[in-house]
Amino acid sequence: MRLLEVDNLTTYYKLKDGYVRACENISLHLERGEAIGLVGESASGKTTAALSLIKLLPDNAHVMAGSIKIEGRDIAGATEEELRHIRWKDIAIIFQGAMNALNPVRRVGDQIVEALRIHEKLSEKDAGRRTAELFEQVEIDSDRVREYPHEFSGGMRQRVMIAMAIACNPKIIIGDEPTTALDVMVQAQVLQLLETLRREREMGMILITHDLSVVGETCDRVAVMYAGQIVEDGPTEKVFEAPSHPYTRALITAFPNIEGERYLAASIPGDPPNLLSPPGGCRFHERCSEVSELCRNEAPEITDLSPGHRAMCHLLQRKVKVK
Amino acid sequence: MKNEHTENNPLISVRGLEVYFAARSGFFSSLVSRKTSMVRAVDGLDFELGRGEILCLAGESGSGKTTTGKAILRLLEPTGGEVFFKGEDMNTFNRSRLRRFRQEAQIIFQDPFESLNPRQTVFSTVAEPLEVNHLTRDRSEKEERVAEALVDAGLNNPRELFMRYPHELSGGQRQRLAIAGALVLKPDFIVADEPVSMLDLSIRAGILKLMVDLRDDKGISYLFITHDLSLAWLISDRIAVMYLGKIVELGSADDVIKTPLHPYTKALVSVIPVPKRVSLIGKTLLEGETPDPVNIPSGCRFHPRCPEAQPRCSLEEPVYREVNLKHFGACHFI
Repeated sequence: MRLLEVDNLTTYYKLKDGYVRACENISLHLERGEAIGLVGESASGKTTAALSLIKLLPDNAHVMAGSIKIEGRDIAGATEEELRHIRWKDIAIIFQGAMNALNPVRRVGDQIVEALRIHEKLSEKDAGRRTAELFEQVEIDSDRVREYPHEFSGGMRQRVMIAMAIACNPKIIIGDEPTTALDVMVQAQVLQLLETLRREREMGMILITHDLSVVGETCDRVAVMYAGQIVEDGPTEKVFEAPSHPYTRALITAFPNIEGERYLAASIPGDPPNLLSPPGGCRFHERCSEVSELCRNEAPEITDLSPGHRAMCHLLQRKVKVK
Repeated sequence: MKNEHTENNPLISVRGLEVYFAARSGFFSSLVSRKTSMVRAVDGLDFELGRGEILCLAGESGSGKTTTGKAILRLLEPTGGEVFFKGEDMNTFNRSRLRRFRQEAQIIFQDPFESLNPRQTVFSTVAEPLEVNHLTRDRSEKEERVAEALVDAGLNNPRELFMRYPHELSGGQRQRLAIAGALVLKPDFIVADEPVSMLDLSIRAGILKLMVDLRDDKGISYLFITHDLSLAWLISDRIAVMYLGKIVELGSADDVIKTPLHPYTKALVSVIPVPKRVSLIGKTLLEGETPDPVNIPSGCRFHPRCPEAQPRCSLEEPVYREVNLKHFGACHFI
């Protein structure tokens, strides 16, 4: 049984002038101990997709369709009470700005103790002991549980966030740009820690990032999002070696590869579309270098390329048909 | 990329540049102690920037790279050292020379959302520097110059954009507008402080290409400040790696990235991601974070984190010297 199976998840935001089609027909699956990267530029719908999983969405968001199953159990219709349970013990989340996510006027240790007492029903003393253990696991001196968030550096704060996320032994961790604001070396330290913990605890991980490079370092599989849709997904190596959607190709070319040649890649012209009224046909057609008449009129279907590797582009369908 | 920078006639040369700040202390400690501690943000830099060169200052936060850029532009008063601009010592600049310098040198900031005034139209954003410096005689000349700067920054149909506000532009267009604001004064020198780090990958390449084209067409020199070494390698002619206010290594972009000398550069290069599946498990990383520049470690300032540190490193500060041809480093063991 799969740890997580998401089918055709569609979430819209309701605005005065209509619906923002933030994510449409997102299908994902995750095995135990596996990490999948959800990559996309700003406003591509990656965060909406991930937050839809645990319904941490603003009031004007509506999950229009789709099913979400954790170990076979459908949680789409879960009540608020059930969700509270799911949120810490099944799925936990690490946010980007730890300074905003931690309460600045409470000791960091107390914030974890509180979660443990509510969700794991531990006594004050046991929760304190567990918190100290969690600090050791994220490689922070356990004496520091009594400090306040401002006494920690950026990297250390992000470690506290990780300690908090793993406090109730979740099966799945969602990292929403967990290393974006950190220095390169600290970023590598935090990603290394996340990968170690994931392996030890066999957690599934969904890493949301705009940075393709982070995916190469941490994720077994990658799903590339553009304008609210997954345009390509597959094993990380496959997607890097044989990117099949023109958008993925452009992203990978834009990535400076110090092992390759030194040249400035052409940028993708234009800007991502407005999701209040996304363009007809393929959503990427206005910016695509390989656009044809078909792309303007008809939305492409997802094409299987090799086991586990799929992309959504008319060009691929044609190739498959010719074969 | 160009490499023939007129070596004997650099645009900028920096000699022993220092910028210290008085560290803020609490009210109580200011009563009990008279000692003010100093943050040595930039602590003795020597480098030159050739004409038409792109020199990257690379380093983590707290390394002093932005402070260096601001000190060269005299947006901050240096504590010590000299900066020569076109051969003139900037310490001797009087008000009118400094005013002229501010037309010759410009800065582009990281965040085009914050660096632009949301209540100013595209036209007035770009026209303002012209007005301040009384550079145009009439409205039509001003419009001409603004349109020209916008086109130079890659914003076509400039006159259609004149009356737009920043919020009506996309992220890439906004950064181009910020660049147009810098270009309108026809500078020779631009400090670009993380100009693309807020931009999405697909838009980044266009801005970088624009900056390189401006160098090629107009001979603009750049001091390009970034924390991203792979980006530094991509865009610059030479890279200077900074750590806690000092340059630890400087050389051609290829030399620094492909054959780094200093253990700090080596560590940074080892974590540059490549488009492959490479797990971080088992990789040796530098421990800890850059220390506070109030308490700079003795000897080599990198020694507490250096994987190759020897007893000597904590006692003696290494000399910054030319290790290989045009490839400089500051480490006892290179």
